[in-house]
Amino acid sequence: MATIKELHVNGTRRALDAEADRTLLSVLRDDLELTGSKYGCGEGRCGACTVLIDGQPTRSCTTRAGSVQGKQIRTIEGVASGDKLHPLQEAFLQAGAMQCGYCIPGMIMSALALLANQTRPSREEIVRFMGGNICRCGTYGRIISAIEQVAQAGKGGGK
Amino acid sequence: MNEHLQCDYMLEPERYELYENSNFSWEIDRRAFFQIVGSGIVVALFLTDAPAAQQPPQRRPRGGGGSMPQEIGAWLHIGEDNAVTVYTGKVEIGQNIRTSLTQVVAEELHMPVERIQLVMADTQRTPFDGGTAGSRTTPAMAPQLRRVAAAAREMLLDLAAEQSKLDRTALTAADGKIVHAKTNQSFAFGELTKGKKLMKVIGQELPTTVPKDWQIAGTSVAKVDGRAFVTGSHTFTSDVKRPGMLFGKVLRPPSFKATRTSVQTQAAEAMPGVKVVRDGDFIGVVAPTEQAAAQALAAIKAEWQTKPQPSSDELFQYLKTHPGGGQGFGGRGGGNQGSVAEGLKDADHKLQATYTIAYIAHTPMEPRAAVAEWVDGKLTVWSGTQRPFGVRSELAGALGIPAENVRVIVPDMGSGYGGKHTGEAAVEAARLARAAGKPVKLVWTREEEFTWAYFRPAGVIEVSAGAKKDGTLTAWEFHNYNSGGSSIRAPYEVPNQRAEFHGADSPLRQGSYRALAATANHFARESHMDDLANALHLDPLAFRLKNLKPGQLRDVLEAAAKHFGWGKARPEPGHGFGLAAGTEKGSFVATCAEVKADPAAGIVKVIRLVTAFECGAVLNPDHLKNQIEGASVMGLGGALYEAIQFAGGKILNPRFSQYRVPRFADTPVMETVLLDRKDLPSAGAGETPIVAVAPAVGNAICAATGIRLRSLPMIPNGLKQPVEDGKRGS
Repeated sequence: MATIKELHVNGTRRALDAEADRTLLSVLRDDLELTGSKYGCGEGRCGACTVLIDGQPTRSCTTRAGSVQGKQIRTIEGVASGDKLHPLQEAFLQAGAMQCGYCIPGMIMSALALLANQTRPSREEIVRFMGGNICRCGTYGRIISAIEQVAQAGKGGGK
Repeated sequence: MNEHLQCDYMLEPERYELYENSNFSWEIDRRAFFQIVGSGIVVALFLTDAPAAQQPPQRRPRGGGGSMPQEIGAWLHIGEDNAVTVYTGKVEIGQNIRTSLTQVVAEELHMPVERIQLVMADTQRTPFDGGTAGSRTTPAMAPQLRRVAAAAREMLLDLAAEQSKLDRTALTAADGKIVHAKTNQSFAFGELTKGKKLMKVIGQELPTTVPKDWQIAGTSVAKVDGRAFVTGSHTFTSDVKRPGMLFGKVLRPPSFKATRTSVQTQAAEAMPGVKVVRDGDFIGVVAPTEQAAAQALAAIKAEWQTKPQPSSDELFQYLKTHPGGGQGFGGRGGGNQGSVAEGLKDADHKLQATYTIAYIAHTPMEPRAAVAEWVDGKLTVWSGTQRPFGVRSELAGALGIPAENVRVIVPDMGSGYGGKHTGEAAVEAARLARAAGKPVKLVWTREEEFTWAYFRPAGVIEVSAGAKKDGTLTAWEFHNYNSGGSSIRAPYEVPNQRAEFHGADSPLRQGSYRALAATANHFARESHMDDLANALHLDPLAFRLKNLKPGQLRDVLEAAAKHFGWGKARPEPGHGFGLAAGTEKGSFVATCAEVKADPAAGIVKVIRLVTAFECGAVLNPDHLKNQIEGASVMGLGGALYEAIQFAGGKILNPRFSQYRVPRFADTPVMETVLLDRKDLPSAGAGETPIVAVAPAVGNAICAATGIRLRSLPMIPNGLKQPVEDGKRGS
């Protein structure tokens, strides 16, 4: 069976030894101990496992690890700079945009991708772009507010 | 036990977690506490008036492991290092009680929230708790913690007076210190407790700060540990990793109640690193990766004898014709009075209708998961459950070991909504780990969670009511088949009333769900009230107020209507306004809805929800708003789309691609009005805000289109195809 020996995650080359057909989600969580990305459905329909692959929001639960070799993978663990939170993370905290928090890493990764492509999305654009992420606690209104807050401040695209 | 809870015991057969028997009973062992925490001071609250104390205790041999006596409700420790640690058996599910409970402790100790740590839901370290359910944390646990904190403050004042020889009455607690203002001296808590092993056991009577004087409680403190959630560093159960840990999978039948006739496991056993575990009827696999475990499971060939079972198409007829279940509570009513027959004779208008409620799934984003580890015959399980002590008993029973040898730890969970009261994954992981001789992680797939957890009960509700021309209700008869008895009694003043719950033989495994049957019962009642108002040509708000005495329900109804602009604003063409109100778990809610409905296109869009809510003195306004908004969004799912479809013992839509939950686009504008009653004790708030959502939306749809929808969900296939009464197409 084909194996992969390295992935580029959060700006670092990470050595590993994993079957290439395993899911990226499993490799991130179980081999690289990056457990911020969550399992929610296994069919790419809830967004809890969202990571960025070369900047594109991607469902890591339906992505084979072997297909992202050599690509830049960014996970929730790579969003803050050391102790300094990303403005989106700050905005989620300010807006109280969470209850149980399980969906939040995926929400932040999707929102990061949105703001990277579109610095001032409208409410409708936010709703459309985020449509693949589920929050069962129902904090959608607050998540929209958090994204809007960052968009208005024009701080979404940066590290 | 108060009357309200007593009533719940009788009326809520689905809340089986409350029937849990005591497993332990012994007097307090001072040493046990200090073994856990080291020196300092400990304050423990003794539940002298708890239900458990009134029952003959079931004695079991006393074990080690530092287990708490069951009569202790909560306890608190202040160590030499200034650390204040509070121990409670409650579980953080996302309702943010870690924050609100910390606030009440901070309030009494007069110290910052950041310096207090809550240890929650660890059966070895925290007091016994029946489960985090029924909105009981705020009314029951918060006062306990408040009292232990107040007692600790008084002990610290005593210690400071004793050690400093200063006048005790001139000492105060401020900012985590005991302060003598006159001489500007201060004593850190840790300094005062150094070298001490003082323990105080208190009862329920100690006075605490009244809500109107609150400084920290009652304010919008941000979620404790919020940073861990936005950085992905919080450890949920499924994130726990143990040395040498393997991944497990369990062989499940293709349909409910199927029995295995043969099984071949050789192919799976031949796979590298795989072990097949057989333990009676239980078959599972463990492997070094999740994928290897899944492949091994797929390699097991089993044959099954299936059983014919009812399907969702015939569900409502089935429930009406198959009495049973309900743990012996069938036929119990919610306070019958007068004569319904006489009342109907007095009515100018009578209305009879049947409402139906589908099974729905909780689908918490974190599915059931557990990590189990055995060391020297003792078992530790990390698992997301709302009943850690109940799951400890389940584990002890299933594994045949004393409960003292089982430790259940619940990391703050990826939600539950009443759906995680049981320990299936915990038991499975423990079996696998015992056989494997290594720690095992088991995470249910989404399909497993949809299929093998339990559902909110389906139900049929029949309502017959009558009113005079002026809107005075004369008769109200209400029968609930299977869904449950919560809030079965109308809160309106009706001289002739009959409300009964009838247990049925549920085709699917059912259990607690946020607000239990209060959602179903409010849906039927408040839809019926609306139809009566329409038939009598009365305004729905005026009709309700006519039948309500002054009080909390009236207050929320008027507050919601005022904020919404009820009776003032006119709906745009194609839009409709609806309202509904109710009470459950000691709190009160009214919801006004605006919908846009287009029967030609089959579309309903909920535009705006205004909710007025009253739950006594508010502990954390922002978190309360968050709960109200969240309950509203969750309520929209069950109101409009969510329904479990099943046939032949199989769930037909066990995926998010097949079962529609509310998403971003379904979120209306939400406005909340909090009626902060500082003169009343705080009641729980995680559940009640959901109960008026479905009827308010249904009433708004009816106002917009004239179409009365009497089945939950109301528009699983769009507005064009309203489901017939008592029957649902799949």
